[in-house]
Amino acid sequence: MNIVVLVKQVPDSGSERTLDSSDNTVARASADNVINEMDEYAIEEALQVKEAHGGEVTILTMGPDSATDTIRKALSMGADKAIHVTDPALHGSCVIATSAVLAKALGTIEWDLVLSGAQSTDGGLTMMPALLAERLGVAHLSGARKLTVDGSKLTVERQTDGGYWTIEGQTPAIVSTWDTMNEPRYPSFKGIMAAKNKPVTTLSLADLGVDASEVGLGAATSTVLEFANRPPKGEGEQVKDEGDGAAKLADFLASKKFV
Amino acid sequence: MSEVLVLVETVADGDGVALKKVTLEMLTAARALGEPSAVVAGAVGTAAAVKERVAEYGAAKIYVAESDDIDNHLVAPKAEVLAKLVADTSAAAVILPSTQEGKEVAGRLAIKIGSGLLTDISEVNSDGTATQVVFAGAVIVKSKVAKGTPIYTVRPNSVAPQPQPAAGEEVPVDIAISDDAKRVTVVGRTLEASGGRPELTEASIIVSGGRGVGSAENFALIEGLADSLGGAVGASRAATDSGFYPHQYQVGQTGKTVSPQLYVAVGISGAIQHRAGMQTSKTIVAINKDNEAPIFELADFGVVGDLFQIVPVLTEEITKRKA
Repeated sequence: MNIVVLVKQVPDSGSERTLDSSDNTVARASADNVINEMDEYAIEEALQVKEAHGGEVTILTMGPDSATDTIRKALSMGADKAIHVTDPALHGSCVIATSAVLAKALGTIEWDLVLSGAQSTDGGLTMMPALLAERLGVAHLSGARKLTVDGSKLTVERQTDGGYWTIEGQTPAIVSTWDTMNEPRYPSFKGIMAAKNKPVTTLSLADLGVDASEVGLGAATSTVLEFANRPPKGEGEQVKDEGDGAAKLADFLASKKFV
Repeated sequence: MSEVLVLVETVADGDGVALKKVTLEMLTAARALGEPSAVVAGAVGTAAAVKERVAEYGAAKIYVAESDDIDNHLVAPKAEVLAKLVADTSAAAVILPSTQEGKEVAGRLAIKIGSGLLTDISEVNSDGTATQVVFAGAVIVKSKVAKGTPIYTVRPNSVAPQPQPAAGEEVPVDIAISDDAKRVTVVGRTLEASGGRPELTEASIIVSGGRGVGSAENFALIEGLADSLGGAVGASRAATDSGFYPHQYQVGQTGKTVSPQLYVAVGISGAIQHRAGMQTSKTIVAINKDNEAPIFELADFGVVGDLFQIVPVLTEEITKRKA
């Protein structure tokens, strides 16, 4: 089973993040950029499916040159090879245009299964796998907390608010993963060394046959008009519990009409 | 006045379905853009269960698409229903809930009708601009759709629902779901115990426990406090990763994003990971033994002390005052 894992480089969600005031896009240059944490679950699942059923695991990412760090991280976990879609004209592309480009990139290789993380921790739109499934006309099994592969039949436990749904589909398919699905492995020293020599194919818009006028900030289907950092919260009240903390808290809740 | 299509979101309730509160929030928000029409796409009987309330909250029309084909297949049939309605009605906009399913339907719809979309909005204005809260609530953005019929997904608990009685005229939607939209079959729906508490993203009050709670057994304290307030129970990632509470209750960057009226953080230090999921809550209360814990920077009221001393007394006090 040949598997593609969608991977994105994002600003570290544990550090301060903002937008670039020159064009209102995500400030990547000033950020500490890392692999989107949610994608590690998809990579782990891909490696487990490969270990059980054979095949190859390919990492697909779109992003600036700096995204090579993220690709190496994914390869060091055990993926076999990678495709890096990169082109200066892609800067500022909206989710719709990005999905068009990734769909083209998926057309350059043979695959049975595409795995993605639950969401990116920067944009957090959660919809890339659905967009790709719509464009490619393949099944999308989403919110997978468990995936079972039986030949071309896929069965997924889809996490819901109150429990889970059991859903089924056939390959070729896209499965988006949930972060309770597995425990992503740490790259081994051997894996880190091996990653340096694994093949990474770089594709430009011209390689994919996409016109630069269809992507980028100018062609975006949605626009950020302005942004502001949330004002810091006013100083709250703090009390030290001296046996009366619970009563004071109850008084506060009562003053706000919660009790 | 032009129509604004609002996709009704329901939740399983016994053998039938119940309306999710976010539907009323969407119907309220939609009025800024035009006349709301509710769109029901689901199992036979769904419209009957929801029609009174959606009419009470402003739905002039209720488009009804009900069939086993829609109910038994994931997401894609709903996008087909909405795409047909956008074409038939020349709607001014489409509004969906910013839930897992709502966002997937929105994405597919955007491709089908060639539109742009905005997700996780907390407010929409009559000029079509919308407010989004990004980067875990740290940045507030004003955005606009630049192409096609705008599609918005509304973050639950962002808009205060206001009744505005309307006709609620039922209009059947004549649609055969294509084979393309039947690629994923729902073969089972399993409910897991929630102790009868409200659903996390819909709850007006949430009590969450963190590492400081110390064990799965001790989470009974958190549940007790939540029950005294009629709230839902949440947990920090540290607590779910330690196995204190099931993962689906995790609030944070990698869990649920919540925005309740009251958020009570117990034994939670307030790492960015956690704040990402809750800092847009209206009122925040924290109990922590460390007075330097970052959660106190967000708290409207903080108690520095031992949660094992404070929580039982607080639960009793609230129960007494409510009696």
